[in-house]
Amino acid sequence: MIVAEQKPFLEVFEFVKPYNKVLVLGCGTCVTVCSAGGQKEVDTLTSALVMKSEDEGLKQEFLQDTIERQCDREFIEPLVEQANACDAVISMACGAGVQLLAEMIDSSVRVFPALNTKFIGYTREQGVWMENCRGCGDCVLHLTYGICPVSRCSKGLMNGPCGGYSREGKCEVDSEVDCGWILIFNKLKKLGKLDELKKIMEPKDWSLASTGMPGKVERKDLQLIEDDA
Amino acid sequence: MMSPLEKALKEGKFAVTSEVGPPKGTDIEEMMKEARELIDKVVGINVTDIQASVMRISGLATCIKLQLEGLEPIFQMTCRDRNRLALQADLLGASIFGIRNLLCLTGDHTLLGDHKEAKPVFELDSVTLLKTASILESGKDLAGNELQGSPSFFKGAVVAPASEPVEPQIFKMEKKIEAGAQFFQTQAVYDPGQFETFMKQVEGFGVPVLMGIVLLKNAGMAKFMNANVAGVFVPDELIKEMASVDKKDRKKKSVEIAARLVRQMKSMCQGVHIMPLGWGDVVPEVIDAAELA
Repeated sequence: MIVAEQKPFLEVFEFVKPYNKVLVLGCGTCVTVCSAGGQKEVDTLTSALVMKSEDEGLKQEFLQDTIERQCDREFIEPLVEQANACDAVISMACGAGVQLLAEMIDSSVRVFPALNTKFIGYTREQGVWMENCRGCGDCVLHLTYGICPVSRCSKGLMNGPCGGYSREGKCEVDSEVDCGWILIFNKLKKLGKLDELKKIMEPKDWSLASTGMPGKVERKDLQLIEDDA
Repeated sequence: MMSPLEKALKEGKFAVTSEVGPPKGTDIEEMMKEARELIDKVVGINVTDIQASVMRISGLATCIKLQLEGLEPIFQMTCRDRNRLALQADLLGASIFGIRNLLCLTGDHTLLGDHKEAKPVFELDSVTLLKTASILESGKDLAGNELQGSPSFFKGAVVAPASEPVEPQIFKMEKKIEAGAQFFQTQAVYDPGQFETFMKQVEGFGVPVLMGIVLLKNAGMAKFMNANVAGVFVPDELIKEMASVDKKDRKKKSVEIAARLVRQMKSMCQGVHIMPLGWGDVVPEVIDAAELA
């Protein structure tokens, strides 16, 4: 899922300080799972905003809601009217949700992000989420037996490891971070497949990845065709 | 036309190389002085590439400066800061100045240096950078376009015999050779027994290896390297030996240790790469004491 983290509370408060009627909008998918922007977080943030606002003697009105997700029109549609009646919306979704929301409501209504979107990852254990996918657009997980060299290697090397791994198999950047390539190496060694690592892996085609122009995935077979009336 | 380094190795001579680190700033007087003092004793001088991710003068500019004075640079290239366009451009750029020696490395991560907010590149790695140089030499670029004139390099790479585990290093060494590596300089080695074991595993690859030596400045530095520098291990006896002398005798002891290590290991390899880390003035002494002159 997409993993995000909350911006500092005071930063978010400063965003909406100049606005009278503010909607705090949560997202029920990824950011609920990583406890950043779901219903619970909406409740907490809204309560804190109300208290801080009163503290500062401001006459603000805070509304709150949480929808299934903010990256699909069908879930935003039903609350467009309510959002347009506000002066600002704090979106507790990832960057994708914040933007679609901003696109669908009046541009006179300011949209503010409550989160910093961090990465695509998984829940390692309760309260800990780790990055393991960088959306490079050209997956090589079949070659590395399920361990991603782009996201698990700090340098994203295709032919690792570099010379920086420690005796404990940790990355030169952080002694708590596993060297992704030592993980790959050890797994292949265990499976008797080390020979497969002897093949030189070519540099990635970055034109397929998210680092180029805004990515687009199209399925013509799923698109709506206009009737020839 | 072969570079002196390539010629020495081809002729079976024990090749000696050293290195200079470009400064952070435009005052290159000291670095040039060091290079001029080294050149009589070595067949090549490595120029580090933004070593430790600490911003300094570019390696290419420094290599050109050395080349113009006949100081035989070995152009170290990392993959940390430049994409395939810039790397190819710099390879061609080095070539037009007659720079032949190349050392391809992956490079330290930006998070280790003094500009931690920088965006790391690492589009190529040491293996694919070597391959890129080889491709340029064949008259094409990475996109398959024909070149208007192609470069010619003596291509090298790095291996760290003291890495644990060492197997991945040996694996990668084979890949580097396949990609075009024609010589290796090792990360610092301080254990002749361990180096011998390593060399027995790789001598069959048929590519010359220059053992790396980093001059120990004090016991603290040795301990620091053991704790923080991957692929380097200074045995206890050497740490004790460094600690056994007064501050004023440390340089002398450092030279003694370095020379001894070279004498112990020179029969196992084809050359030595001396990394002085600021003590460039004693490199000639090390070379003499190691009976390499």
